[in-house]
Amino acid sequence: MDELRNRAKELFEKGEIDIFIGYEQGTRNPRPIFVGNAEDTQKLVFNDKCTGNLAVYLTRKDLVKGKRVGISASYYALKSIVQLFVENQLKEENLKIFGLANDGKIEALNSLDEIKHYIKDTPPPPKLEDDELIKQIDAMSSAERWAFWSDELSKCFKCYACRAACPMCYCTKCIVEVNRPQWIQPWASTLGNMEWQINRVMHMAGRCSDCGSCSTACPIGIPIHLLTHKMSETVKANFGDPSDKGNVLSTFKPEDKESFIL
Amino acid sequence: MEKKYISHNSLMNWLTKLNDEGSQIYAPVAKGDKTDYKQITSVEEISMDHIQTTQSAKAVAFPRTEKLFSYKKENGDVTLQNFETTSIPETVVFGIHPCDAAGFKPLSGIFNWDTPDLPFNERMKRTTLIAVSCTQCDEFCFCTSVNGSPGNTAGSDILLTPVKDGYLAEIITEKGENLADKHSTFFEADPNINKEEYLAKVPVQFSLEELNKKISNMFESPVWKQQSERCLGCGACAYVCPTCACFDIQEDAHGSSGNRLRCWDACGFSLFTMHTSGHNPREVQSQRWRQRLLHKFSYMPERISVRGCTGCGRCSRACPVDMNIAEHLTEIASL
Repeated sequence: MDELRNRAKELFEKGEIDIFIGYEQGTRNPRPIFVGNAEDTQKLVFNDKCTGNLAVYLTRKDLVKGKRVGISASYYALKSIVQLFVENQLKEENLKIFGLANDGKIEALNSLDEIKHYIKDTPPPPKLEDDELIKQIDAMSSAERWAFWSDELSKCFKCYACRAACPMCYCTKCIVEVNRPQWIQPWASTLGNMEWQINRVMHMAGRCSDCGSCSTACPIGIPIHLLTHKMSETVKANFGDPSDKGNVLSTFKPEDKESFIL
Repeated sequence: MEKKYISHNSLMNWLTKLNDEGSQIYAPVAKGDKTDYKQITSVEEISMDHIQTTQSAKAVAFPRTEKLFSYKKENGDVTLQNFETTSIPETVVFGIHPCDAAGFKPLSGIFNWDTPDLPFNERMKRTTLIAVSCTQCDEFCFCTSVNGSPGNTAGSDILLTPVKDGYLAEIITEKGENLADKHSTFFEADPNINKEEYLAKVPVQFSLEELNKKISNMFESPVWKQQSERCLGCGACAYVCPTCACFDIQEDAHGSSGNRLRCWDACGFSLFTMHTSGHNPREVQSQRWRQRLLHKFSYMPERISVRGCTGCGRCSRACPVDMNIAEHLTEIASL
């Protein structure tokens, strides 16, 4: 922890960053903090409890526009950062990134290549519970699966915390904020809630880091991250690891066999 | 106010009887690590182990989506089918905490501010609130900072306080009395006990007097920007809140017929006050956060004489980035 504080402090003292996006101790768990000077870096914490995906703040213009940014990034935040680079949302020269190495030490990741290496060399935090739940859902008949998701999604009240917590949801105007045409019913109802989640998840195909922030953010506890978790596996199985390919669903090569695209 | 005693078994039998006689019963039901109000068909479903349910009980009178009227256009004529009050069933809400019961007063203040709201008032008329005092609390609870308490009777029709094997029953309103009198044999004589001994100890986190003094005069304060920086702009806080009453009107149109719907809305959303001209008077999140707190702690007390917060702490528990409201209010009170 001291090491991150010192590294961040040094960056401020050398005038290399204007803001540091990190975690401070919150009510129960670490929460986001934006440090603006050397002194306040002493509030920073960084450990395995820091799971909220801070990459969500990297596209917040009011916060980072025109600024040189330091950030402490969890494994999944780093995956999101790579994807944000691929989507031209970040500039390498404006970012100083710190990850946690396997031995718990702070690791400076100075380029996109270094982040990619880190992700390759670091085993992802296990998702045993999610894998187990996916297995249970896979074992269901389609009628049972429909009943499961109908029940879960009937509870959604459309607070859009899932969208707000997701680093990939950086559109300034979301599909649900368009009303001509009205793509998705804006009120909460089982069908409209499903439409929203299906849309959200489809927009994540090949882009989702599988961080699970959507579900952690859901105040009602709907396991919507299982949809993206399952989809990440599906995308990987069919198109290969997205981190090697960039945008799997929006990249077209002439040799692609789906002739309908042309 | 009359005081009585009811054993746990009698309470369950009483609720069963009320259900059998046609009242729909809403009660806390646990699933995984979350507990929420649900319409139950058996008292077996009830769970009272939680500190706080995820959502408040406000949906009983202010559903997340409500049909206000339907319309039909035919040969140039429009026929309206008004809000149907006769189909609203008698409802008993069991197991809400005093902070939730207290939340119906600010809701009522809003829905009766100008024109009395038919759907809200008709639902409230048919709803009886059986609250249960809190015997436990967590670090997010702050009812005692906003003039509430874990055994507060305000807003409840009947307040039950868990004592030994049963409950001290305080019958507060005429509605509560009617419900208790329906099956008076389930109740026993006043146990003559000091209920304070059984209540949770909720520490006071800030001085309400100091907060009131300051909050109405700090519209231009830099504190709003600083406090709201990490806010992600979702509506979780508003949707779980027992007093948040903002709504949006939507049209569920199908060709020449349709329904006019009222749905929950939240002041944290970027579109919340967007004008048709494209101008948005609250274009950044700090202005929306300011609106949230000023509405609850300045505008509502000034205009309808009731605070828009009962200290339940739900917004803080639901927030994905730990926007702890009590912490922020403490900061404002000590400015």
